Amino acid sequence: MRKVLLVMLPALLALAMVIPALGCASEEMWDEESYVIGAIFSTTGAFSNLGVPERNTVMMMRDQINANGGINDRPLEIVFYNDESETSRCATLATRLIEQDKVLAIVGPSATGPTLGIKDIVTQAEIPLISCAAHKGIITPIEESYWVFKTPQNDQDAIHEIYSYLEAEGITKIALLTDTSGFGASGRGYLISEADLFGLTIVEDETFSTGDPSMEAQVTKIRGSDAQAVVSWATDKESAQVARDMKAQDMTIPLFCSHGVANRAFLESAGDAANGVMFPAGKLLVCDQLPDTDPQKEVLVTYRDAYEALHGTGSSSTFGGHAYDALMMIIMALERLGDDMDGKSLAEARQMLRDEIEKTENFAGTGGIFTMSPTDHLGMAPDPFVMIKVVEGEWTWYQY
Amino acid sequence: MASDQLLQYLFSGLTHGSIYALVGVGFTIIYAVTSIINFAQGEFVMLGGMLSFFLFASMGVPLPMAVILAIIVAAVVGALLYLLAIRSARQASVVSLIIITIGASIFIRGIAAEVWGVDAVRPPAFTGTTSWLVAGAYIQPQAVWLIGITLVLTLLLHLFFNFTMMGKALKACAINRSAAGMVGIDARAMALTAFVMAGALGAIGGTVMSPLTSITYGMGAMIGLKGFVAASIGGFKSPVAAVIGGLTLGIVEAMAVAIGWGPFSSAYKDAIALIVLLAILLLRAGQLAAQERPS
Repeated sequence: MRKVLLVMLPALLALAMVIPALGCASEEMWDEESYVIGAIFSTTGAFSNLGVPERNTVMMMRDQINANGGINDRPLEIVFYNDESETSRCATLATRLIEQDKVLAIVGPSATGPTLGIKDIVTQAEIPLISCAAHKGIITPIEESYWVFKTPQNDQDAIHEIYSYLEAEGITKIALLTDTSGFGASGRGYLISEADLFGLTIVEDETFSTGDPSMEAQVTKIRGSDAQAVVSWATDKESAQVARDMKAQDMTIPLFCSHGVANRAFLESAGDAANGVMFPAGKLLVCDQLPDTDPQKEVLVTYRDAYEALHGTGSSSTFGGHAYDALMMIIMALERLGDDMDGKSLAEARQMLRDEIEKTENFAGTGGIFTMSPTDHLGMAPDPFVMIKVVEGEWTWYQY
Repeated sequence: MASDQLLQYLFSGLTHGSIYALVGVGFTIIYAVTSIINFAQGEFVMLGGMLSFFLFASMGVPLPMAVILAIIVAAVVGALLYLLAIRSARQASVVSLIIITIGASIFIRGIAAEVWGVDAVRPPAFTGTTSWLVAGAYIQPQAVWLIGITLVLTLLLHLFFNFTMMGKALKACAINRSAAGMVGIDARAMALTAFVMAGALGAIGGTVMSPLTSITYGMGAMIGLKGFVAASIGGFKSPVAAVIGGLTLGIVEAMAVAIGWGPFSSAYKDAIALIVLLAILLLRAGQLAAQERPS
């Protein structure tokens, strides 16, 4: 008996390897019983402040939709993965979503580095991806971004917003203090390349790595220069440390941060030092202060209230909003497609979904108003930003 | 460079060097007594910071009590690490034991992320946050606490190892474990003591540092690495040497930003510790191998 087994085992294994291969050769169908969407977020690690609200948002939306009968009478199923803020991990998970979980589309990842890391994978596998990361390079050049969309405002536009304010204020000399992560490094690239357009000279260009406990030495260096303002490009934790280290050395020149600080954790960690910090951000933080005529006001207030009902007052952030916009565009595309995808292969279904996402028109999301097109996979209407200034520990809309 | 700026870099270097020093001392004590490099050392710093914050903010324990409790709990974690993970695997080789400590650090980090979440937290400073101006350079009261406590602890450790019975027993274990056993020193009790001391020292560092830098569940790894470099600079010989190693590393890091040229720019601040480590390992490879004792 044992001998038979010994002979049988390799034969069975060989068979087991051949059968799925045969399956692949024939047209694989998609699961028509439910819509299965993949979600990769960084719920631990350096970008967890982005990933956690994103995951919470997608969970909340899934529950709401399924409680209301699903999409086209089919339930929405989400397969969640945590890339631990690691690009290599993200690549493994993306492959798993595509090949094993056979999802129709992927929402996420949270950060620029992981997104760029899986861009080739989703392109080769021909599956739509809507990233929640900000870097413009995610969707450019458009020829290489056929399958890739994103919802956060471009980092380049955020930098223009800051620079035009600085120009209006008559500031000409600035110091940069940026994170060496994908987000910080791409921001630094634009900060340097766009400075000339606004008549700005960069007198100091300092960096730090994600997770650094202190930027004291860099701040000291900037204090020794004749910079009139500091522009820091990082997410909340490091930016809060920059604000504190500047205050500890009694620096009075203004600090401008990225839209990556638009998070309650920034205010808590920076404490007093947050006061006076300015940054461009989506309108979510100040949605109560928007006029009723603003087309985004309704979606912003509804989203914030729903999220905060589950996770506590002050817990909503623009990051969760990016995931809302991403999943919403997929849901709306699926609704528009209706029964059209029935009887199609998985590859065809993914193609149809991609084409439909590209037809998104005038969608008022939390980050802006989106009109996708074959040449623009962000498709955001101009001026998605408001300038936020921290006054007495609260976000305020700074109109100038 | 103006002298006030130089002083500012020096303050910054001493502040962060103090943390590396306290972690480095933990590495040194455990290595001396057990030949194990305890890679969970940085997690004690994280535990100290996190515990003091959550005891204070969520459970309403007054700050001084929260700090002391945090240190005690971290010391207990150090004891548990030895009793549950190291001692029960005592037949294993030193390399296996070191790998166990890496596993323990991942375990502690995972628990911390689950229990306290992944956001950075910041316990309040002991005595205010308004910086003092000293000869043109600013120093925060909390930084003075950190540097001061490190120096006092260094002195106490020096006295402990040279003038108390227990300190001498620890030292005897470090010099020759079997000979120490022969004169009646319980090597296992000494190993336990080393882990408890390392846990407490790391947590002291964590509680005093986190008001300055904030703390997250994942910060132990990098701090642990810097502490390891501090201990390496000190040659894993004595706590005082590790403190000098830590302060040196802190100052070199700060000065690298000041120089701001090529490999000595702020982008490579963390790389400096690794470069120093590589240099030491190359220079001391033979020396460290010679120190290997049969356990």
